[in-house]
Amino acid sequence: MTKRTKTAVSLLALTAAAGFGSAAQADDLTLCWAAWDPANALVELSKDFEEKTGHTMSFEFIPWPNFADRMLNELNSGGKLCDLLIGDSQWIGGGAENGHYVKLNDFFEAEGISMDDFAPATVYAYSTWPKGTPNYYALPAMGDANGWFYRKDWFENEEIRAAYKEATGKGLGEPKSQKELMEIAKFFQGREIDGNTVYGVSIFTERGSEGITMGATGALYAWGFKYENTPGSYDMEGAVNSPEAIEALEFYKELYECCTPPGYTNSYMGESLDAFKSGQVAMAMNWFAFFPGLYQDPDVGGDKIDFFVNPPQNQPGSTLGGQGISVVSYSDKQDAALEYIKWFADPEIQARWWELGGYSAHNAVLNDPGFVDSQPFAGDFLEAMQNVQDFWQEPAYAELLLAMQKRLHDYVVADKGTAEEALNLLIEDWTEVFEDEGKL
Amino acid sequence: MSESPITRMAEATPQPLARKVRGLSDRAIAWIFVAPTIFLLLAVNIFPLIWTINLSFTNFKANRPNREVEYIGLRNYERILTDSDIWLSMQATAHFLFWTIFFQVLIGFTLAWLINKKFKGNDLWTTIIVLPMMLSPAVVGNFWTFLYQPQIGLFNYVVAFFTGADPSSFEMLGSVQLAPWAIVIVDTWMWTPFVMLICLAGLRSIPDYIYEAAEIDRASKWRQFWTITVPMVMPFLMLAVLFRGIENFKMFDLVVQLTGGGPGSTTELASINLKREAFEKWRTGYSSAFAIILFVTVFGLASIYVKALNKVKDR
Amino acid sequence: MSYSITDPSPRQKWFAGTLVILYALITLMPLVWILMTGFKTPPDSISYPPKVIFQPSLEGYVNLFTTRTRVSPDDLAALPPPANFAEEIVRNRDMVIVGPSKFGERFMNSVIIGFGSTFLSIFLGTLAAYAFSRYKIPLKDDLLFFILSTRMMPPIAVAIPIFLMYRTLGLSDTHLGMILLYTAVNISLAVWLLKGFIDEIPREYEEAALIDGYTRFQAFYKVVLPQAATGIASTAIFCLIFAWNEYAFAVLLTSGTAQTAPPFIPTIIGVGGLDWPAVAAGATIFLLPVMVFTILLRKHLLRGITFGAVRK
Repeated sequence: MTKRTKTAVSLLALTAAAGFGSAAQADDLTLCWAAWDPANALVELSKDFEEKTGHTMSFEFIPWPNFADRMLNELNSGGKLCDLLIGDSQWIGGGAENGHYVKLNDFFEAEGISMDDFAPATVYAYSTWPKGTPNYYALPAMGDANGWFYRKDWFENEEIRAAYKEATGKGLGEPKSQKELMEIAKFFQGREIDGNTVYGVSIFTERGSEGITMGATGALYAWGFKYENTPGSYDMEGAVNSPEAIEALEFYKELYECCTPPGYTNSYMGESLDAFKSGQVAMAMNWFAFFPGLYQDPDVGGDKIDFFVNPPQNQPGSTLGGQGISVVSYSDKQDAALEYIKWFADPEIQARWWELGGYSAHNAVLNDPGFVDSQPFAGDFLEAMQNVQDFWQEPAYAELLLAMQKRLHDYVVADKGTAEEALNLLIEDWTEVFEDEGKL
Repeated sequence: MSESPITRMAEATPQPLARKVRGLSDRAIAWIFVAPTIFLLLAVNIFPLIWTINLSFTNFKANRPNREVEYIGLRNYERILTDSDIWLSMQATAHFLFWTIFFQVLIGFTLAWLINKKFKGNDLWTTIIVLPMMLSPAVVGNFWTFLYQPQIGLFNYVVAFFTGADPSSFEMLGSVQLAPWAIVIVDTWMWTPFVMLICLAGLRSIPDYIYEAAEIDRASKWRQFWTITVPMVMPFLMLAVLFRGIENFKMFDLVVQLTGGGPGSTTELASINLKREAFEKWRTGYSSAFAIILFVTVFGLASIYVKALNKVKDR
Repeated sequence: MSYSITDPSPRQKWFAGTLVILYALITLMPLVWILMTGFKTPPDSISYPPKVIFQPSLEGYVNLFTTRTRVSPDDLAALPPPANFAEEIVRNRDMVIVGPSKFGERFMNSVIIGFGSTFLSIFLGTLAAYAFSRYKIPLKDDLLFFILSTRMMPPIAVAIPIFLMYRTLGLSDTHLGMILLYTAVNISLAVWLLKGFIDEIPREYEEAALIDGYTRFQAFYKVVLPQAATGIASTAIFCLIFAWNEYAFAVLLTSGTAQTAPPFIPTIIGVGGLDWPAVAAGATIFLLPVMVFTILLRKHLLRGITFGAVRK
């Protein structure tokens, strides 16, 4: 027994030494966000805040597949883990109605922060509840949309170009429509390049959180998909299952079947990046947030990569990502947290934010004449943000999202039923949710 | 919570009090000893269970504290029992349950029978075989997703090596046909040793003289196996099946890490479905009703099974 | 040993031995693969065909314990030379270490919650087991069955009210909350196993002690406990392993402060991509103690996994 105790004690000592325990201070703020490239940039940016105010910052970054689950669980349990939360745009309804987020109107007024200084699409999506009213529960922190990137070196390769011309009679370039995107993807699928078999595209097919919905809506919005016939009326019949929506969903399934690498049946941001970075695919979808990192990638970045906006079909449309930063109402350090927001809203800090790889939503940054040329994807970003659409932001958003995840994955990946059946079932699910909500 | 005043008293009894305690009847001491455990279980198991029953008759949502809670009678139960998705998840659970138990009994018993041949070093190899079942299912399940990767995964590569198929031609976790078997394989890998150990105990409990008597009667080995070995091991085997049955009915961690219920809803076992309803959709009332249905099912099946087990034992 | 007609022939033994060893080797493959992947570089870990022979690297372990960020080649060149091997490995990937990862903290949480709940389950379980073993308690069998039956509930099913209860009491995401919860889950095992062990200790010892003038408590403390030490130790290891491996409650009731390793390890990712060597390194560190315990425990294993229903 003593021997065992000793082992246990030395084990404790070992892990304590390896654990680099951080000293707890009264004004140590914890900021929660997803674990991805921009989060590292924010750590860098926040050093300035620590210097200026004397507060220290801790970070809790959670991988995307678990982010919503973990954070909503944390909010719903009234947890004090996070003082500041950069929460997904769809959480704003629940955050406001259930009192998880501090309402920021008075603070904005007192500090002279105006929402007019931020891009209207981001204020609408990340800050307001009820939608579009001047009730603010977050400051736009990170503008984002789903976009595309491709292997420029392959697209510019003469041999490949010639082969494409022969196959399709067209020049190879950034696709101008969803259907052209599939045409290019089909061309690359199974092709030998530099001795490796490559594939067309990597797209979002993840089941567990929001992946496949975020991917498929890219096609749906481009075909003209609408959630409701009249906004705010919750009449979904004929909108959600419109002929355009059915066609778009069939398109997404075909794209998945014809042109993705084997094994990408449950892939989201990480897998999409993996597929591209390992040289497996010609094109890939992902959030703009990753583009600075991709551009810097030693293997596939620089000259080898370029970016394009989600191609239109019947109309332009991109799936909205991005987040606002909120103060969690269960935090004991709300004053310090508000100080952070005040600091973050400063135009100078916002400019530095963009420099480091974060997507500022501040007009001073976006309207700067040098902005479009500051990065190869900056112009695409502005274009995307003009036509973004978001998922339901209702307080019942999680239920609505999970229903869509299930119906889409059942149809696209598990090959169950038809697109029309999937969308009809989705309307049934959603109707049930809104009935429970008392909205129908 | 577990610190009832009685335990605290028993822990640090000052001298004069100790003399009094010595005077306590056996019955009192027994209760002082048992009470904290019972109290803890009441607080963390029974009280929640009653609460769940209560919640199951409401439309409560834990993520909407400001919403009015209404009692809606048996509506949740009605909805669950008529919901085709719930039935699909029960089917997935039944498939998983049946095949894991089938393979684990088959392989586990065979292994036990072989080990019981008492070859040299059988203890060492038994210990090695047992390792997987003691490990964290979540961590192991997570790593198996790596082993199952088409092309780069060890599993696909080994299968390809022996069959000549292209390792990227099949996706264990991504295909609707294969995913239900992928989870059966991992569970079988993990838990066959459990069945094996219990069978081994059963085999070793058979006294040699029974076989010796059979030899003298010139009963064939085959006959000995079916008339002595199998009936004598049967109660042990049934116990193993009971344990595996209950555990796999509750299965959550391993499969959630492996497939998360996908592709589509192919491997969405009851517990995974329940977790989605309760902690992702936050339909607390509805999922409480589902929890009660599951609990009653497992309890009912187990009780019937234990009765059968006792009959076999008595024979 | 003299020749017995029931003893298998050497050929049978050889045949049985070969098959069992073959199975053991197959069953070990995934575990060996975890161990090996931990020492691969990320590119090696995802190479095709899978690499069996490779240049070992500590990159996985370095990535497990640190957070890193990419820097431009110019900035990299401007940095002072790496202070240690970890820095060097990270620099080779155009990155710098910016701080420790959360793995150390999460591992410590597993240790604290594991040992805390084990101690509490053994403390309460020993008392209850002793009482059940030695005293006449009304409805004893029913109580014992009740204790066992608490183990049949799917964890997710009780998790709903426990979640609500912990939210009200402020026990969510606390060490205390998790210790109490794991104790409640483990106590059924502790009571059943320990009762079996104490049953095996002859009553005569205590009776002799009582005659010598010991009180009931003293007899329990000075006679029964030392006799039951082995049983208590192996029960403790079983409780520890359960608490160590538990996932469902941990994922639902903890988010940061008290999160244990099992929900954390699957979420280890590199900079934009899955970092399998780091996951494998975390899994190795996490699984190894349990493997060692299993080998130590092998004699009591059967008893532990069947709640004492089968004793060898």
